[in-house]
Amino acid sequence: MTGYWFAVGCSVALVLFLVFLLRTRRLREKYAFIWIAVAVVICVIGAFPDLVVTLARVAGVQTPANLLFAASLLVLLLVCIQLSVEVSTLEEETRTLAEEIALLRLDVERAQLRAADDDGATGPAATDGP
Amino acid sequence: MGERASVLVIVPAWNEQDSLPGVLEDIARCMPEADVLVVNDGSTDRTAAVARGSGTAMLLDLPLNLGVGGAMRAGYRFALRGGYARAVQVDADGQHDPGDIPRLLALLDDGADVAIGARFAGEGDYRARWPRRWAMTLLSGALSRISGTRLTDTTSGFRAVGRRGLEVFAAEYPAEYLGDTVEALVIAARAGLTIRQVGVAMRERAAGSASHSPVQAAIFLGRATLALLIALSRPMRSRAREGVAA
Repeated sequence: MTGYWFAVGCSVALVLFLVFLLRTRRLREKYAFIWIAVAVVICVIGAFPDLVVTLARVAGVQTPANLLFAASLLVLLLVCIQLSVEVSTLEEETRTLAEEIALLRLDVERAQLRAADDDGATGPAATDGP
Repeated sequence: MGERASVLVIVPAWNEQDSLPGVLEDIARCMPEADVLVVNDGSTDRTAAVARGSGTAMLLDLPLNLGVGGAMRAGYRFALRGGYARAVQVDADGQHDPGDIPRLLALLDDGADVAIGARFAGEGDYRARWPRRWAMTLLSGALSRISGTRLTDTTSGFRAVGRRGLEVFAAEYPAEYLGDTVEALVIAARAGLTIRQVGVAMRERAAGSASHSPVQAAIFLGRATLALLIALSRPMRSRAREGVAA
């Protein structure tokens, strides 16, 4: 097997794996998009390696492989930033939910106390409104 | 309950089972007319049970540890929904003297929206070691300029807020490191709230220990500066602004 077919095979396997994750809803579309774009680009480059040489000449990079490395680093960096942003959003959402849960739990406890008071005491003692 | 007591004392507590009973006792003695809300910040010890057993305090039991900022925003939200006019934060470690609460409330009566109990304003003998002290001086200088009033202790958690402050802080109270003290003041100042301070004596922590090594102080300085710069450059959320306008 030549390196050429190995590269194409890997790229196709990557795309299939992503589609599988998407179909089973283990990956949401907004995160899958960038990976599918990367996989498609890898497929194209795997199939037509000369493309990179041309691109490198246009971009002014002497060694075509370095263009690939630089580009992949950039993509990974962007993905990391996107994930950090998403995690921060999730933390803020978790925080709001935790606060709401605690507030609701207190509401429920006080309502239960009031209900117990109403059951236990009859007469003016029970009319301790909110 | 909420009609009569217009003051809510919020006590954020994270693993403070040893010092909490004494703090609650002091608050009940100094502020018998106020409602007390202990916010249990995901403690792993018996803090929640201690608060429940006190008989004087309500318990807001957070399922996760959110940090002081998270605990306080939950407390402010409770105060806002409960119709309280004023809220006071008293730390559960016992270093704030509840006897000073009336002095904080007096500042609110004089027109302040946020009142801070400050350690370095002449009262008491609290001293921090120099690297930390230096960092605190820097913070105080910057925040004094921003708020237009002289502030000497910006990291103090001993605070009282009036209704306008409640509205701002219930909407936006940062949970990040130093967000509950430094950034909260920036938010308050930028929302147009009046900030005042009064000197208070801080007591030794009733239990546990605070760490003050020079390395930690240096880290504190770095993080404080970063927090301040980011807080200042952050665009204001419209919700906080509307809270004041309303």
